[in-house]
Amino acid sequence: MKTVYLDNNATTQPAPEVIEAMMPYFTERWGNPSSMHAFGGNVARDVAHARESLADFIHAERPEEIIIEGCATEADNHALFGITAAWDRPGTIITSRVEHPAILGPCLRLRELGHTVVEIGVDGEGNLDMAAYEEALANAQGPKLVSIMWANNETGVIFPMYDIATKAKAAGAIVHTDAVQAAGKIELDVSNVPVDLLSIAGHKMHAPKGIGMLYVRRGTRLKPFTIGGHQERGRRGGTENVPYIVGFAKACELAKASHAAGDDRRMAALRDKLEAGLLATCPDSRVNGNRLQRVPNTLNISFEYIEGESVLYHLSDFGICASSGSACAAGSLEPSHVIRAMGVPFTAVHGSIRFSLSRYTTEEEIDYVLQHCPEVVAKMRAMSPFVKH
Amino acid sequence: MWDYTDKVMDHFRNPRNVGAIENPDGKATVGSLACGDALTFMFKLGADGKIVEAKFQTFGCASAVASSSALTEMVIGKTVEEAEQITNRQIAEYLGGLPDQKMHCSVMGREALEAAIHNYRTGEEAVVQVHEEIVCTCFGVSREEIERITRENHLHTVEEVTNFCKAGGGCGMCVDAIREIVDEVNHTQAAAPLPSPEKKLTVLQKIKLIERTLEEQVRPILRKDGGDVELVDVDGNTVTIAFRGMCSGCRSAALTRDNVIATALHEFVDPAIVVVSE
Repeated sequence: MKTVYLDNNATTQPAPEVIEAMMPYFTERWGNPSSMHAFGGNVARDVAHARESLADFIHAERPEEIIIEGCATEADNHALFGITAAWDRPGTIITSRVEHPAILGPCLRLRELGHTVVEIGVDGEGNLDMAAYEEALANAQGPKLVSIMWANNETGVIFPMYDIATKAKAAGAIVHTDAVQAAGKIELDVSNVPVDLLSIAGHKMHAPKGIGMLYVRRGTRLKPFTIGGHQERGRRGGTENVPYIVGFAKACELAKASHAAGDDRRMAALRDKLEAGLLATCPDSRVNGNRLQRVPNTLNISFEYIEGESVLYHLSDFGICASSGSACAAGSLEPSHVIRAMGVPFTAVHGSIRFSLSRYTTEEEIDYVLQHCPEVVAKMRAMSPFVKH
Repeated sequence: MWDYTDKVMDHFRNPRNVGAIENPDGKATVGSLACGDALTFMFKLGADGKIVEAKFQTFGCASAVASSSALTEMVIGKTVEEAEQITNRQIAEYLGGLPDQKMHCSVMGREALEAAIHNYRTGEEAVVQVHEEIVCTCFGVSREEIERITRENHLHTVEEVTNFCKAGGGCGMCVDAIREIVDEVNHTQAAAPLPSPEKKLTVLQKIKLIERTLEEQVRPILRKDGGDVELVDVDGNTVTIAFRGMCSGCRSAALTRDNVIATALHEFVDPAIVVVSE
């Protein structure tokens, strides 16, 4: 059976070019970059080049501003705990209600440690409540850290990061952004957007799982998270994961080229085709999230009166991979905190399905989904007690 | 993905008896859109007093659909009194088991059955009584419901209760209250004196007493090591058991059988009992 993979916000296919770039570092160039011999020294040079690509990808001024991390969750943890650990007294962390657990989890812990955490809500379209944000900045006590995602993983809604960061800087706050879902989809430019820290993950942009990075603007006080050797300038000890660093860098170069080649626009056109097709063929469905402020690959759609896990299992029988904000699909009892924070009505909460495309998605695949998804929805509706038959 | 059995997936992909019955004898809807699952269940009786037709409509996940479908198959051919005996555990077993976190789907099936029978007997729409104390407000679960589920499924922790009926899985405000109920139920069960086996027991009484002794005297000991025991057969004074969980394949299992199980059964049921393993 064919596989139509439309779950790219969960993870992406590693690009063949990425794997190819990584291979020599398993077989021939496996030296330790810290060694005092040419065999390791050559590898150190390759890591340095890779770091330049990573810095270049987000328009960082210097490669030293990039800390390699094991994943974006680690990068987020490093940012939140690394910044607050450098404070001499309890401070205030301003975040949003729709963050990834990699932010909400650490925030819970920071609250236990005596800091104040303020969560900013969103409106029905998933837009950040900017008035509440400004108020929180004005009222914040002690040292301040803002951590707000660049784009949301479930709805794809893009937050106004320039505005958020500029206002935070004016209020004297340090700014971190979890840019995992924005990377490779929209331009990330730290030379223009004044964030101090930014996390991204390799596996959301066609590198393998197990690699992430944290950008730290020069001059930002950050305590180390993993204490050990001198690697990453003492901010994250541990021998460099060389093949993955090289692969991540290659993925960044490819993303840049893909952006230049207009892949984002092509992806958005396919996403819009899927959206229009599903809305036309599935009555009582609604798009979740601001359609004008979304990353180009994401469609979050609710099919009312049916439940998401059932839809996913039926789609899976057709080889279609998607995800859902339904409680059951998440393995929890409560539906997605993101969809709930948006105040989506209960009729639609449990039936929210996320389709996320990649640059590899073809029109044929979109047509295949449009061919099968409506029949799945109709089948589930036929047995729903909430549909008037 | 969930580790669903083939039977669950079969009932999910090809649900039996979907739809509605015109003029059913009993009908009820349980659950809600807010809770994330809901089931409308209805049945019709034949001239012989047995259920000839049962239908369902479900809003829910794969295991909710499968549990509803299984329920309809299980009740057809049974009298109302027989159908009434079906427990949520039997629905789960019929499907070859459900993941722990999905046991509440089988509970929903049982609730719908109970409510439909109530509707058949009284003509009343809903069984939820207003005077019931709602413990979990997120999912609308009453004290009675938690007590019954704890008792019937031998639950010991809040987490288990949440898996079975969702109570405590929302805001978490009621977790302490649930813990108290669970402790209370388990305490009452342990404290109730076992009947003295002076009078001659009927076969059914004897089996029930053996089951109860295993539950109250033996399982708490085995569970400490992650093990369990199941009653396989009772033939005269020969009681056949099977070890489950960590006990199965444990080299000390025979010792446990002779020292723990046989001792308990001798004391509480009959000194003449011989315990053998399956």
